[in-house]
Amino acid sequence: MRRSDVDPGRADPHRADPHRADPDGAAPPGADPHPAPDAPGGACAPPVPVIELRGVARSFPGDPPVQALRHADLVVRPGEYVSVVGPSGSGKSTLLHLLGLLDRPTSGEYLLDGLATRELTERDRSALRGGRIGFVFQSFHLLPHRTVLDNVLLATLYSGVPRTERRDRAHAALERVGMSHRLDFLPPVLSGGERQRVAVARAVIASPHVLLADEPTGNLDSVTSGGVLDLFDELHAQGLTLVVITHDATVSARAPRCVRITDGVLQEV
Amino acid sequence: MLPARAGRRARPGVVVPRGAPLDRFGLRDLLAEAAHGIGSRPARLLLTIVGTVLGIGSLVVTVGLAQTAAGQVARQFDAVAATQVVVEPATARSGDSQRTVGRIPWDVEDRLDRLAGVEQVGAVSTVDIGAATVSAVPVNDPSAPALTPPPVLATTPGLLDAVRGTIATGRSFDAGHDARADRVVVLGVRAAQRLGVFRVDRQPSIFIGERPYTVIGILGDVQRRSDLLDSVLLPVGTARADFALAGLEQAQVTIAVGAGAVVGEQAPIALDPATPEAVDVQVPPPPSAVRRDVQADINAIFLALGAVALLVGGLGIANVTLLSVRERVGEIGLRRALGATTRDVAQQFLVESVVIGLLGGLVGAAIGVLVVVAVSLAKEWTPILDEAAVVGSALLGGVIGLAAGTYPAVKAARIEPIAALRGTAT
Repeated sequence: MRRSDVDPGRADPHRADPHRADPDGAAPPGADPHPAPDAPGGACAPPVPVIELRGVARSFPGDPPVQALRHADLVVRPGEYVSVVGPSGSGKSTLLHLLGLLDRPTSGEYLLDGLATRELTERDRSALRGGRIGFVFQSFHLLPHRTVLDNVLLATLYSGVPRTERRDRAHAALERVGMSHRLDFLPPVLSGGERQRVAVARAVIASPHVLLADEPTGNLDSVTSGGVLDLFDELHAQGLTLVVITHDATVSARAPRCVRITDGVLQEV
Repeated sequence: MLPARAGRRARPGVVVPRGAPLDRFGLRDLLAEAAHGIGSRPARLLLTIVGTVLGIGSLVVTVGLAQTAAGQVARQFDAVAATQVVVEPATARSGDSQRTVGRIPWDVEDRLDRLAGVEQVGAVSTVDIGAATVSAVPVNDPSAPALTPPPVLATTPGLLDAVRGTIATGRSFDAGHDARADRVVVLGVRAAQRLGVFRVDRQPSIFIGERPYTVIGILGDVQRRSDLLDSVLLPVGTARADFALAGLEQAQVTIAVGAGAVVGEQAPIALDPATPEAVDVQVPPPPSAVRRDVQADINAIFLALGAVALLVGGLGIANVTLLSVRERVGEIGLRRALGATTRDVAQQFLVESVVIGLLGGLVGAAIGVLVVVAVSLAKEWTPILDEAAVVGSALLGGVIGLAAGTYPAVKAARIEPIAALRGTAT
């Protein structure tokens, strides 16, 4: 079963989804975190994978065309913590962009929560991005002129979080990442680790089904990296599905499951 | 793979539920985000709106000063010029000579008095006295130098009022003198001096040729036909009897303000129903047409300047918004990743430029009003400004912002989130 304390409030995101057997997407706001056994499935019917790649390939036009990702198959089940490792230029970013619905595959099919995304309109893909995917970037991407609280609230604008809940949820999310003492600070005065925590708060506020992190510690030193990774462990323990893309072995070592990508070819480690 | 689900949503083709429309990037969010986008760089905002401020300001100043000046023109309205009508027989040119083709009837006063808008009517004509002299004494002095006699004019009783004349002493003649052809005259003040007539209480006489005429009054001043002051004035009836006056040369009419067009149309028909074109009517020109033409030229120049300033202002907004889009590529990418549609992004930048334009319009309109008031104060005019024009000008700023922001907004919407998220650290 997928734990879903990170999914309060949104009005039944899976309604009428024939593939989905898991009913707790409609958990009420502030539902207690379930105890978090990592193994998905168990005795119940297997839950619909959060992410399912079926023979996805992405090539970029050129002479010759660049095969950034070749026929990748990947299944990420609810509550999994997967790291994707590979040297730079191996197609990690391409994979992340595809997973994050920022790019469309050249061939193959990508199912997010069992929903085929290939033929969706840009509008629907935007809605999916806002509602079901949380992004954490290497370079944080915080708005420099907005306070920490505003930066976190930004994610509620596009994801349909009810207006009355926005502030409470932003406070809760910042509390969760240990940044509630910095609400009115501007990002440029924060340390790198603090900025990444704010970014994580922003990523989880809309209760995504999966958190995509692209080199989340790439701009951090080892101590603050450890702090952010601890935060990821906590989120994972609370039931959030995480996909972390990295080239750093210490980062990937924290994830129970690791996928390697080399020259566009995806393989389990 | 896509299950066909109609869903609860009316919008067809929407597969992914988006939450209540009010919760997702509503107008409030849009305005708040745009306000933050604008407010984060106040110095740049000031520079951006300068062009619009100048354009809208000059527009308001132009309109305001034009209206104020128009009010001023109305106040300095030339009352005499605007209410005087002159009627003359039409003339025809044949070869070198010019001759009148029409005539003014003797009862011109009665005919024109009946027209709406006409207030006073009088007619005048020169009297040909031949070789006769005009003198105060009937002495034939062969040694006296030959003087040009003062002109003798035949006038209808109403002429005095029609030329807004005043009698210095004595009285003017009336319809009775005219009808009886009494031998009375009124002297213009300078003619009286020349003839040595200074008082009328002892009923002095002057001689035109051999015939004596009683001086009953001296004309002090006139607003029109100042030649009357040099002349000897006879009643028309007397002139017809004594000098066989053939016709009237001119009628002077005072009219109510604004009646010029009507009188100009009706007078010829009243005077000569059969051939109205044989009568020439000179009505006052429409209120200071010349001045208005000049004013219009000045306005056109100012408006052109304002338009150029507005164009520059619009280009400035477009430029800065474009720059801002380029600078905020990372932000746009982030917003897209957070679920913003291309439309949300375009809307935000469009609203930002509209607000910038509106700000420029408001500031410009305010400055324009201040300038109009200041100029009016300095010139001691009454400032007149159409509120609708001021509000409209301010709104025009918003329209310019809209026009200027369209291209940058489209550009922002087209930014690919992948490219936007790559690199650019915060």
